Amino acid sequence: MDNNNTVISLDGVTVELGGRAIFNAVSFFVEKGEFVAILGPNGAGKTTLFKLLLGLLKPTKGEIRVLGAVPHRGDGNIGYAPQHRVLETDLALRARDVVGFGLDGNKWGIGFGSAKRDAMIDAVLKEVDAYQFANAAIGHLSGGEQQRLLIAQALITNPQILLLDEPLSNLDISHAQEIISLLTEISKHRGVTIMLVSHDINPLLPAANRVLYMAHGHSAMGAPDEIITSATLSKLYDTKVEVIRSGGHVFVVGAEI
Amino acid sequence: MFSILQYPFIQNAFLAGSVVAIVGGFVGYFLVTRGLTFAGHALSHIGFAGAAAALLIGIDPIFGMLVFTVVAGAGIGVFGKELREEDINIGIVMTLMLGLGALFISLYNGYAEQAYSILFGTILGISHTDVLVTLIFGIATIAVLAAIFRPLLFSSIDPEVAEARGVPVRALGIIFLILVAIAVSMSVEVVGVLLIFTLLVGPAATATRLVHFPLGAVAASIALALAYTWLGIFLAATGTWPVTFYIATISFAVYLPVRLLTIRS
Repeated sequence: MDNNNTVISLDGVTVELGGRAIFNAVSFFVEKGEFVAILGPNGAGKTTLFKLLLGLLKPTKGEIRVLGAVPHRGDGNIGYAPQHRVLETDLALRARDVVGFGLDGNKWGIGFGSAKRDAMIDAVLKEVDAYQFANAAIGHLSGGEQQRLLIAQALITNPQILLLDEPLSNLDISHAQEIISLLTEISKHRGVTIMLVSHDINPLLPAANRVLYMAHGHSAMGAPDEIITSATLSKLYDTKVEVIRSGGHVFVVGAEI
Repeated sequence: MFSILQYPFIQNAFLAGSVVAIVGGFVGYFLVTRGLTFAGHALSHIGFAGAAAALLIGIDPIFGMLVFTVVAGAGIGVFGKELREEDINIGIVMTLMLGLGALFISLYNGYAEQAYSILFGTILGISHTDVLVTLIFGIATIAVLAAIFRPLLFSSIDPEVAEARGVPVRALGIIFLILVAIAVSMSVEVVGVLLIFTLLVGPAATATRLVHFPLGAVAASIALALAYTWLGIFLAATGTWPVTFYIATISFAVYLPVRLLTIRS
C-alpha cells in the first residue's frame, strides 16, 4: 500500500490514555493532495489523531509516519487549526497579527516586523479572501471571518499537510460551504493534503475524496459512498445504524455522529 | 516649579518610579492579555507577608517580597493547570498570606509606618540602594520579557497551536509568573501592596482598549504608566497628598472614559 505519494501512514496504532484505549490498532494512509473528512462521535479520538500527527502525543503501540518521518513537534510542514473557539473580543490584536503568529510566533525576541513579513501575510490573507479585514480588530470579526484567519495562519509556513479540527462548527451552512470551497481551491492550487474533522458530512460531500470514520477505538477509511453505509457504520458502532440518502444528502440514524 | 527636581529624594523617586512604570506597563500588557490580573493582585498580597517577614528578621522588605512572590508565582505556574479556574485556590492562599503578614507585623515591634509603607508605597522615601535594586531587577525583567515576547504572546492567545509549533508553552507560563512576581515586588515601592492594580493593570487595560495591535498596545501601556507615575510624583512632591492617591486617581480617571467610550459588542 505504501508508495511515494503517501504523506501520512498509521500502522497498527494503539493509544491508551489513563488506562482507556482511545485507539485500537488503527491503520490507514493518506496520499498527497487528498481531502480527507474525519467523522465520528465525540471522544472517538479525532483530536487525539491530530495530536499524534503533530508529535504532541506518542502512540502506545504501532508506527506513525508523517512525510516519511516520525512526527515531531514544531514541524513547519504541518499547518494546524485546533477546534475553533471564538477569539476573545478584548484582545488587542488585528487579523494580520493572528496570521503573523503562524509565521514567527515561535521565534524569540520582540520582532518588529518588516516589509517582507507584511507582504507574506498580505499574500496569504488574499488567498483566503480575508485581505479586506487585515487590519480589523479580531473581536469585531464574525465566526466565518475568524475561521479564514486561522486557515491563513496554518497556511503561512507553506505546509504540505493541513489539519483542521472542526473548522465548520459555529458556522451556518452557507458560510460552511464557503470555507469548504476555499479549502478545495487551496488543496488543488497548492497540492496540500487536508484532513478535516467535522460533525456533518453533507457540506463535505462535494469536496472529500475519502472519509475516515472513527468510533469506539476503531476506524474505517474509504470513499464516502463506501464508508457511510448502513453495513459499515453498523459494524463500526457495533449496533444497528441506518444510513438514509435523500435529495443528495446523507443522514445517519441510530448513532451519534 | 521644577526646582523640586534638584532634591535627591525626588530624583530617586523619579528614577525608581520610571523603571517600575516601564516594567509594570510591559508586564501588565501580558497580565491583561492572559486574563491573569487576579493572580497579579494575589501575588502582591502574598508579597505583603514576605515584606513583613523580612522586617521581622531585619532585612530590606523588598527581598522578603521577592522571595515570597517568586516562590508563589512559580507555584501557581507549576500547579495551576488552568490558571483562570484557579482563582479560588489563589484567593485562599492569598488571604492566608495576608493573615501571616498581619501576624509578622504585630510581632515586629518597630514603627507602624513600615507596615503602612508596604501597604501604600514609599516612593518619596526610597533610598539610593533601593533605586539600584529596582534598576537591576527592572532591566533584567525587561530583558527577559523582550526575549520571550513573541512565543509568550503566541502561547497566551493560542496555546494549542503554539505548542504544536514547538513553543514551550508551560515553561513560558512559569517564567512569566516569576516576572510578574518581580514586577509586583518592585511596584510595591511605588504604589504599595493594596494599589498594585493601579500600575500593573490600569495602564495595560486602558492601552488594550485604545490600541489594537500588540506592539502598539505595549508602547501605549508603558507610556501611560510612565505618565501616571511622573504626574503622581510631581503632584505629591508639590502638594500635600500621598503619591499613591494621585497615581490611583489618575489611573481611574483615564480608564473610566476610555472604558465607557469603547464598549465592545
